[in-house]
Amino acid sequence: MDWLGPAEWQAIILSLKVAFWATLVSLPFGIAVAHLLARRDFAGKALVNGLVHLPLILPPVVTGYLLLVTFGVRGPVGGLLQPLGIVFAFRWTGAALAAAVMGFPLMVRAIRLSFEAVDPKLEEAASTLGASRFWVFLTVTLPLILPGVLAGAVLAFAKALGEFGATITFVSNIPGQTQTLASAIYTFLQVPGGEGAALRLVAVSVVLAMGALLASELLARRVQKRVGGA
Amino acid sequence: MSVSIRVTHRQGDFLLDAAFEAPAGITVLFGRSGSGKTTLVNAVAGLLRPQAGRIAVGDRVLFDSAAGVFLPTHRRRLGYVFQEGRLFPHLSVRQNLLYGRWFAPKGARREELGRVAEMLGICALLERRPGDLSGGEKQRVAIGRALLASPGLILADEPLAALDEARKAEILPYFERLRAEVPILYVSHSAAEVARLATTVVVLEKGRVVRQGPAAEVLADPAVTPVGARAAGAILEAVVVRHHADGLSELQAGGHPLFLPRVGQAPGSRLRVRIAAHDVILSRGRPEGLSALNILPGMVHEVRGGEGPGAIVSVDTGAGRLLARVTRRSAEALGLGPGVACHAVIKSVAVAPEDVGGR
Repeated sequence: MDWLGPAEWQAIILSLKVAFWATLVSLPFGIAVAHLLARRDFAGKALVNGLVHLPLILPPVVTGYLLLVTFGVRGPVGGLLQPLGIVFAFRWTGAALAAAVMGFPLMVRAIRLSFEAVDPKLEEAASTLGASRFWVFLTVTLPLILPGVLAGAVLAFAKALGEFGATITFVSNIPGQTQTLASAIYTFLQVPGGEGAALRLVAVSVVLAMGALLASELLARRVQKRVGGA
Repeated sequence: MSVSIRVTHRQGDFLLDAAFEAPAGITVLFGRSGSGKTTLVNAVAGLLRPQAGRIAVGDRVLFDSAAGVFLPTHRRRLGYVFQEGRLFPHLSVRQNLLYGRWFAPKGARREELGRVAEMLGICALLERRPGDLSGGEKQRVAIGRALLASPGLILADEPLAALDEARKAEILPYFERLRAEVPILYVSHSAAEVARLATTVVVLEKGRVVRQGPAAEVLADPAVTPVGARAAGAILEAVVVRHHADGLSELQAGGHPLFLPRVGQAPGSRLRVRIAAHDVILSRGRPEGLSALNILPGMVHEVRGGEGPGAIVSVDTGAGRLLARVTRRSAEALGLGPGVACHAVIKSVAVAPEDVGGR
């Protein structure tokens, strides 16, 4: 596809890489937090719920700034991780972290809903048949929530692809390093004659977002069929 | 192998305080809803941790509050047949059936899938999904799944309550076959199910055991009507003699002929027949010119008045002890009392097919 220039390709590929890792790494945490919120009652549950949803409500610039303060080289967490060779500031890993944080609420919501659709009586039945809690989760709960997990992952992936505000605040806009689709569109719009490139990237964004939404819709329908088929 | 259960558990205002022994066969926990039956079974399953007590299957202690023993559910080696089946919707019938086997200890007695599927008549369903099954089919698969986990005890919590009469009649024979294979603790509020299945009956009322013993003995006691006098009825043990061309079957109970609507069992089979108390009429003299075919001479054992106008009379006949539900007024008019000779009249067509079962 030669209608896209090398800089545009670079932004697309970086975005896909950032979104992929953001989704993959946050998925286990997403499942754990969704399980906690769907199934457990504990002190401070409202607080955890609020924290998870905060990135959805806060201005993305604020989220980005908080990430910078926390995970920057001089931040309390960033300073601890730096000697271990883990650096987020102004790296693609930072873009992935920002994307993961921004997509997390969407992911948790989708997975939490599918947890709530699973009848705990099925899990009880599995335990009477000899399955320990670990095996109950692996053989009954997980298969039943799987479509919801996939839907949540797709949503988070789509969100990560389009993330702009938190990313540019946290890791800036370095071509080849942290310049994702959205930042690239923004950059092209700032330079004279960049509209063409911006428009092409806009088209790519629309296609990717629509594809992700359709996939998520399809998976949501499957969870309904599967969990409701008892 | 016998099961010994002693449980004390308070939940709000409700106090469950029950102790009993369940010998081999089917032990039915019999009582109205809210009497603590399900709580008791869930305690045996480990789905609920009682405040105090001890539960043991044979010499395996599942729970002992004094010794601090509480085996988690998955290590109790039980089979639990729930009221709603609870099949795994994402697995095929075959995978559902084999689920418990993945977790059964290696040395455990292995039930064979083919034999169990055949016994339950589900061979043709193995590749289907639970969502495609009828209520009766689901319940048979649930029974098979519990059995294939090689359990030391099967728990069944009103497994027929969600089914219509025809489906109930379809499932009951399978429990009768299971009776010989593994001890079963069966929860029910249906007198017909108790009469049909129970080896032992444990009557629960408000969280307490008010009566326990062999089914025929407990059900023939007019004092035991945990689900109301309307459901009272005694069990007769009978042998099929022959099937007549007019649609009746001739049975023999304690040397007395008994005519019932055609039963499914072949001549020579031993049966238990539940005779509902409201289908028995009492007469002091031998009735003449009556359309009823079954007239059994006997002697009143006990008359027990209830709260309403009715009374339940137990009568010892040659065929066994029967219960009759009459009005108190007739009981007085006839002068019924312990030791009085009378005749019990049973209308043949009154005996429903689901009240006749193998033994």
